[in-house]
This record gives sequence, C-alpha cells and structure tokens, in this order.
Amino acid sequence: MLHPVPTLKETPSQTAGPYVHIGLTPNFAEIKGVYAADPGSTMLTPDTKGDRITIVGKIFDGAGAPVNDALVELWQADGDGSYVAPMAPNSNSAPAFTGWGRQPTNGDGVFSFETIKPGPVPGPDGKPMAPHVNLWIVARGINIGLQTRLYFEDEAEANGQDYVLSKIMDPRRRLTLIARKEAGDVPRYVLEIHLQGDKETVFFDM
Amino acid sequence: MSDIILPGADGALYQRDRAWHPPANTPGYKSTTFRAPRNALLSLSGTASELTGPTFGHSAINPLDNDLIRNYSQDGSEAIGQRLIVYGQVLDENARAVPNTLVEFWQANAGGRYRHKKEAYLAPIDPNFGGCGRAITDENGFYSFRTVKPGAYPWPNGVNDWRPAHIHFSVFGHAFAQRLITQMYFEGDPMIWQCPIVGSIADKSAIDQLVARLDRHNTTPMDALAYRFDIVLRGRRSTMFENKLEGN
Repeated sequence: MLHPVPTLKETPSQTAGPYVHIGLTPNFAEIKGVYAADPGSTMLTPDTKGDRITIVGKIFDGAGAPVNDALVELWQADGDGSYVAPMAPNSNSAPAFTGWGRQPTNGDGVFSFETIKPGPVPGPDGKPMAPHVNLWIVARGINIGLQTRLYFEDEAEANGQDYVLSKIMDPRRRLTLIARKEAGDVPRYVLEIHLQGDKETVFFDM
Repeated sequence: MSDIILPGADGALYQRDRAWHPPANTPGYKSTTFRAPRNALLSLSGTASELTGPTFGHSAINPLDNDLIRNYSQDGSEAIGQRLIVYGQVLDENARAVPNTLVEFWQANAGGRYRHKKEAYLAPIDPNFGGCGRAITDENGFYSFRTVKPGAYPWPNGVNDWRPAHIHFSVFGHAFAQRLITQMYFEGDPMIWQCPIVGSIADKSAIDQLVARLDRHNTTPMDALAYRFDIVLRGRRSTMFENKLEGN
C-alpha cells in the first residue's frame, strides 16, 4: 500500500509554561466556577471493572529539585487490555472507564492517579506487551511534552519480554520505567521520574 | 463499546520532525537547563498505546466554556480589554480536518497578569477574568472562542525579558502521540522576535506557523476583532481506518 505524502508541517511545540494549571486544571489553580471539575481528575466510576490501584509519581529535575509545576496525563488500557475508542461506530459515549487521567504535581513534585491495573495490550510483534500506562509530562522548562511509560514491578516475567523495555539497550535504564509496589487494600505503585541526570528516565520519540 | 486500533506501520504516524520543534535544551530559556533530558530519546514506531487516545463528547462542554469574556464573571460584568474572536481549523499533516477534538486555551489578562498565586507581576488582576477556556472542534475541525487580547509582560529570565502577547493552546487529536501544547502569537507584534521562548524554535517559518493572522472578514462589527490560528497535528501514514474511525 502506498503511503500519502504529508502536505503540512506539524505546528511546533512551545513550553506549557509556569501557569499550565490555569488552563488544564483550573480548579486546582483556584480558578473556581468555570468548570465543574478539572478534566481527567477522576478516572474511576462505581461501574469501572478491574483491580483498583494508585499510581504515584514524583518528578525531579537535573539538580534533584522536585518539579512542582508540572502537568501529567495518563492514558491506559482497561483491565482486559483494550483501549476505549469512543470514535468507533456504535461505541458507548459514556463508558465506565475511559482510560485517561490528568493530574498536576503538588508542591513536592508528586502526582497520583486512582485507577485500575491495565491488562496486557498486543504489541507490534503480535505478542502482548507487559501491562503499562502511558505518561505525558509538560511544565515550564519543557519545550516539548515528554512521553514515557510506567510498568509494574510485580509483572517481572512480562516486563522481561516487553516490546518496548527490550528496546532499551542499557538494562539499568529499563528500571527507570518500573514502579515499585507498596502493598495495601489498594496497592500503590510508586515511580521516581528524573528529567535529567544519572537516574534520567527513558523518554520516547514515537 | 471499545475497540483497538491495530498496531503496526500502516496505522503509524509520520515521524516527528524534531528539527521543526524546539530542542529540549535551549540555554536562552533558562528553565530548560535542569529540565531537559540529556539522553537520546528512544525511537519507537507507535504501538496501540500511542495510536489510540482519549476523545471528548460535546456534552462535556458548557456554553460559556469558549467565552473568556464572560466565563469568570463575578458580578455580571465582562472582562476588561481588547475584545477578540480567536478561531481556526485543526488539521493533520495530510491536510485533513480533525473533528471532535478538545482544544484548551489559557492566557494572561489584558494587563499581562495571570490569575495564579505564584504570579508576581505588578499589573492588576481583573476580577472578572479567569483566563481559561475550551472548545471541541466541529465536523470540519473548526474551533472558536471569545476573549480579550492578553498583554505582554516581563518575566524572570534575562534581567529585562518580556513575553510577547500570547495564548497557550493544548490539543489532543485522536492518538496520544499527537498530543501537543503550543503558544499562539499575534501578527505584526515586534515582541515576537526578541522572545527567548519563541527563539527556542530555530526555523523562522516554523515560528511563523505560530502567528495568528488578523481576519477582517470575521470581525464582529462594533464588537470584536478576529484572529485565525490553524493548528496542525501529526498525521497517519495510512488511511486504512478511513471507513472505521473518523479523523484517522
């Protein structure tokens, strides 16, 4: 099949700046009454199927300082490993789980998502990818949004065969994407994200 | 109810032209110094995780969401400043309209002051201006909103650096790998060419893509000027889903 030739250039990125929370999480930024709730602030409904988890991240800059003005979006499959695609014909316009969330970092550079554990999604090689969530990070000083993934410590076997993790040549850097599990009624998966430095997180161009 | 876009090259996006975008580390914009990754990005052709993305129904939007002149009115008064209509079309690199996608925008008030607790500029807050809004593109990919023209303002970078008047934009598209944040500037503004954040983009024609054009035909007589700002998202290499997913 012949591919089309692009006729337009993508609009260039610019930093989200120090006040991204005004635009994307206005209630968090204390701009009340414009939106009933910040978009993506709640991922779960009582009807959501799947194992409840909390994903917690802390973002650091290259000097080790917490990044307290970032905005993080999460996109994930449901518990069966399917992405909800409401654009498809006859789809449910209000699914119990959309798979998308958005959270600001707080004064300590910490963000968290109350969600469900995603199932394995088929990879390009036909084999399932290890369960993961996709993250996109913007902030002052980030000129173009950073794309990465979060994997789960308790999926060691699947992680060992994952399509994306296996493309990271330095096995030490694979560890930058694997969240540590803290057991509890609702398990917490905790990941440190380093924008720069010895522990720099693997970011993608995809 | 749910659907998976098949992974593989046929559904993949065009490679992002990283030379068209600003690089991560641009010393003229000092905040990038400790926030720019230093390792090469890991290149991957997209998987289902990147070729799908969230979508938003028109029911998620309220009528005042695209009216920044009125959506934060505290006492019934309108926001102060030069009244504007900002509109445009969201397209992909194949010049196809991107319908039903969420566009969000935020900006300083007419004096160049943001409503934010960390904002230290001496220009006054406008009690009736919040500074945020959103719209969902129509079937032809068009969005529009009403606002006041944001003021230029000084910012802590160089000892006397100023931002040109600008509006921040966030756009989704239909794949998570299309996600984009950018800023819109105003045609004819000489401040554009002295800004270190604008200057993070190397190619002058790329910068020109961020400059909205005055559109006299779409002004509202005796009310508001109009500026047009089209936004281009990454396009797919294939149209194999053309009959299945709108805006593939």
